[in-house]
Amino acid sequence: MDFATVLQILDSTVRLATPLLLACLAGLFSERAGIFDIGLEGKMLASAFFSAAVAAVTGSVWLGLGAGIAASLVMAAIHGAASISFRGNQLISGVAINFLAAGLTVVIAQTWFSQGGRTPSLIGAARFEPITLPLAETLQPVPILGPIYHELISGHTLPVYLAFALVPVSWWVLYHTRFGLRLRAVGESPEALDTAGVSVVATRYAAVAICGVLCGIAGAYLATALQAGFVKDMTAGRGFIALAALIFAKWRPWQALGATLLFGFLQAIALRYQNIDLGGVVVPVQVMDALPYVLTVVILAGFVGRAIPPRAGGEPYVKER
Amino acid sequence: MAGAAGGQRVPAIELRGISKAFGPVQANRDISLTVMPGTIHGIVGENGAGKSTLMSILYGFYKADAGEIRIGGQPNQISDSQAAIRAGIGMVFQHFKLVEPFSVLENVILGVEDGRLLRPSLARARGALKRLAEDYELHVDPDARIEDLGVGMKQRVEILKALYRQADILILDEPTGVLTPAEADHLFRILENLKSQGKTIILITHKLREIMAITDTVSVMRRGQMVATLETAQTSPGELAELMVGRKVLLHMDKKPAAPGRTVLAVENLRVTDIDGVERLRGVSLSVRAGEILGIAGVAGNGQSQLLGVLGGTLRGSGTVRIEGREIDLAARDAGQSRRAAGIAHVPEDRQREGLVMEFLAWENMIFGYHHDPACQRNRALMDNAAIRAMTAERMARFDVRPPDPDLPARSFSGGNQQKIVLAREIERNPALLIVGQPTRGVDIGAIEFIHQRLIALRDAGAAILLVSVELDEILSLSDRIAVMFDGRIMGERRPEETDEKDLGLMMAGMRGKAA
Amino acid sequence: MRDAMPKWADLVLIPLVSLVLAFGLSALVILAIGEDPVAAVRMMVSGALGSTYAWGYTLYYATNFIFTGLAVAVAFQARLFNIGGEGQAMLGGLGVALICLSLPWPHWALALPAAALGAALFGAAWAAVPAWLQATRGSHIVITTIMFNFIAAAVLNYLLVNVMRPIGSMDPATAKFPSGTHLPSLHDLLAPFGIAFSRAAPANITFLIAIAACVLVWLIVWRTRLGYEIRAYGQSEPAAIYAGIRPVRIVMAAMLISGALAGLMAVNNVMGEAERLVLNAVEGAGFIGIAVALMGRSHPFGVFLAALLFGFLYQGGAELALWTDIPRELIVVIQALVILFTGALDNMVRMPLERLFLALRRGRA
Repeated sequence: MDFATVLQILDSTVRLATPLLLACLAGLFSERAGIFDIGLEGKMLASAFFSAAVAAVTGSVWLGLGAGIAASLVMAAIHGAASISFRGNQLISGVAINFLAAGLTVVIAQTWFSQGGRTPSLIGAARFEPITLPLAETLQPVPILGPIYHELISGHTLPVYLAFALVPVSWWVLYHTRFGLRLRAVGESPEALDTAGVSVVATRYAAVAICGVLCGIAGAYLATALQAGFVKDMTAGRGFIALAALIFAKWRPWQALGATLLFGFLQAIALRYQNIDLGGVVVPVQVMDALPYVLTVVILAGFVGRAIPPRAGGEPYVKER
Repeated sequence: MAGAAGGQRVPAIELRGISKAFGPVQANRDISLTVMPGTIHGIVGENGAGKSTLMSILYGFYKADAGEIRIGGQPNQISDSQAAIRAGIGMVFQHFKLVEPFSVLENVILGVEDGRLLRPSLARARGALKRLAEDYELHVDPDARIEDLGVGMKQRVEILKALYRQADILILDEPTGVLTPAEADHLFRILENLKSQGKTIILITHKLREIMAITDTVSVMRRGQMVATLETAQTSPGELAELMVGRKVLLHMDKKPAAPGRTVLAVENLRVTDIDGVERLRGVSLSVRAGEILGIAGVAGNGQSQLLGVLGGTLRGSGTVRIEGREIDLAARDAGQSRRAAGIAHVPEDRQREGLVMEFLAWENMIFGYHHDPACQRNRALMDNAAIRAMTAERMARFDVRPPDPDLPARSFSGGNQQKIVLAREIERNPALLIVGQPTRGVDIGAIEFIHQRLIALRDAGAAILLVSVELDEILSLSDRIAVMFDGRIMGERRPEETDEKDLGLMMAGMRGKAA
Repeated sequence: MRDAMPKWADLVLIPLVSLVLAFGLSALVILAIGEDPVAAVRMMVSGALGSTYAWGYTLYYATNFIFTGLAVAVAFQARLFNIGGEGQAMLGGLGVALICLSLPWPHWALALPAAALGAALFGAAWAAVPAWLQATRGSHIVITTIMFNFIAAAVLNYLLVNVMRPIGSMDPATAKFPSGTHLPSLHDLLAPFGIAFSRAAPANITFLIAIAACVLVWLIVWRTRLGYEIRAYGQSEPAAIYAGIRPVRIVMAAMLISGALAGLMAVNNVMGEAERLVLNAVEGAGFIGIAVALMGRSHPFGVFLAALLFGFLYQGGAELALWTDIPRELIVVIQALVILFTGALDNMVRMPLERLFLALRRGRA
């Protein structure tokens, strides 16, 4: 394996990790506030369709992004209403949202575009274009570092940089702001927040809304940057890999970056090679597919560093006895 | 400010006619209370007397259905906790309201941050905690995580939270329930200190010794009502115990003298530690013989529940328990089943949580725990539901369960009839030992008499009965011997004819009595 | 204490109102995409119930959903949410394929019980790990069963591409099963009685097994000690412990039964219809089981009715997609709305109805 191949795989890792990272951070805000969300997949899918559809019609990727975020927020609002206001089962609500998105996107796509549940291919300003960072061309001849800067760091689309920037931002919001303190508190002990005179409901809705926005960016990235348009079920389980990464990261932002890069790397390998020959032992590609889930189960089982979810997660908050 | 209650001064707290119902349960009924500033006021009462509800209303956690609240003479709705905090009220709940993975500082500033960023708030709180620690002997490492702290320290954080919010009125709900005696003593020093600085303190407890030791005035609650408010100096533990328990229609049981036979239950050095690491049973030894009732008296929360739990198989413990000479495996995995096989029948204290499955029908509940009995099976695979229904109908008739319909779910029966179902199930098996907790809690008068008669009949039939009750009347009228539990230990033993409520009340308060 | 609502309202009215809401919204969706809901319903009815061919498909789908619905329902009785029916059914298919391909079966009557056993065992085995992790390590069973769905997909993908694919075939699928394993269709079963049933429709003898499974599940849950203990544990864990019921045992038992039921679905789709194991044979039926169990209130009879309804929706939806511009995915939308209203938004329907009944009672008193 030569240096160029390594760079290509890593470059592909970054691009594939981006939607996982955005969805993982989305889940992080929601679940840190005590609202379990297995509907990341559905929110991403809804956003992927609406962003692609609006971008295709208007020719503006920015309007597409806005539409994607709005669609994801609608899904988030349903999840919020079911799990916060109506104290329903958060898991069942998440399942419903995944199906709602899977069905509605294709139904509407077919109605609007009649292309077998797709949107038209996006071209030009309807997509996010790669951004060439300053001096990328100039520095390319520099050995090792030049290609790394040119291939790996430069030349990605805006949402990629945004996703990576959101890691320190999320960390800072969670651990250094009043909002973050209250958000973490409501996921661990809503009664502590309630007795401190802060609204549990408002804090949780805020968290669910952030989750919606981030899933919206993730979905828009899939349809308008990673690919050029929407196709049926294009999230392909990424919402669940993000969920796995979230558990793997034990609900912490920097670790989420590590987990999603790892899972993105596995996807990049699986995409490039059918089978991997490790000195005589052939590892089939399906091992790469399954590895994120296997690793998550191992972590959940608590054999390697126990993953303890936020204590109040999944439980509706009921004050009156 | 002076410590004693003055005649002309404005009360710190005034409650008038407070009522609160949860569904059909009237938790508080027309309660009025006046507390003067700079005093420590105690509120005593049994579990479920409505103390915690009243204080949660005062803290804005629940809304009263009716009544008026005045803080410092001003009418105040206290619509939510924020309003209570603004009115200068701080509360230390029985179950701490702390965020476990947070640091002490983060918990202290939660909800009263200075701005959008945490850093300035944390810095200010750090300084404030340092001063509070010096002023009130409240030393806590501000950077420690709550989950790493012991219960005593956690409680200190709760007090600090209240003081940081500049509370002038501090409510403590059962603050010593989880504390060691040394920690409790330290807490009382802190409270005295706060009082001397002019703070008003309300102490909710069921421990009479604490009331006598630290309060200036005391109110007694019973069944949602305020039955008395007294100067602590003018009362006695015995009087308070009587007020707490209340004088009911004394039911004189026509019972023959006991004819105790062989020893059925022999317990030695039984110990139980709960998940918080607090030792709830501290070496209990006792025995019960065939044909006698041993009554366990005591204020709730002194280890009686744990005693029942270990004997009934719902809790793990250490020590030895023998039934008719055969030792019971206290670590058995299917403890509930092996206890039944050994001849122990268990009427649990909380029938709605343990004794019955509320959604199950009466006939399903009638075999609960005994569903493996051959009598319940039609063949190797299926249960004989028809036979169980018939058996249930017959038992419901004999135990006067109303309505006598085996196909109603348990939740649709009244408390007394629910208890009769449990009792019928446990008694009809002719157990060697019946352990029974609070047999008449939430049960109407008519059913009480019926239940008492059944227990006596079972005794006369030769069963050994261990009776745990917080109702002194019940203990006195049913028991052949009475043991008093306090703080996880047996304080002493009496015969019913050689004792009275005052004597037992003192022992229940841990005041007197020779160790057994 | 009296209930706010009579029992019939809880069992029938609430699911009905939820269903009406779900269908009402679906009708709005159809309107929004410029189609006529009434015409759509008419077409669905004729396409799903209008001929024995249509019935044959409706019952075929219903058979799948009965198994996956029962799987979710049994776990619900123990208050466990088994979202892994999809993976368990995939593994069930593997069990069926291994058994059908390993022996030269002389007659389907011999192959059927063996294949059913294989399907149940493989499905149960796939549920066993999440169950054990939940029971002993407290790992959240919803997450682990989701993960196991994806792991199952990867395992099947590997086996079908690399191991079980016949030499020379480009298709990621096993060889055709030998004819000794071909199950009789409803056409074959009804012909001796002089009833003409479509030869082309995939409904087969497994439908009868599904009905038997409903009866068996009903017996297990409401007539055996195990079922008694499962229900007790599901209602109240402290009470179960008081009665000497071991939580670990109950979690394992409920999940093994649940996994076995999901696995049994493979007898219908793999052995009865495809007659070979293909990739993605389950086609989401595992998830539809969630909607079926929620709508059927976790009762076998309710599951049976809900499965018929979803069988109707699936076949009707396929017909719609064939003859109109309404895509098949409309059914996924309906399914989502059913799950949403009967599951997550239960309180939204329940609270106003409870208030209504209380007001009615007060009015009468």
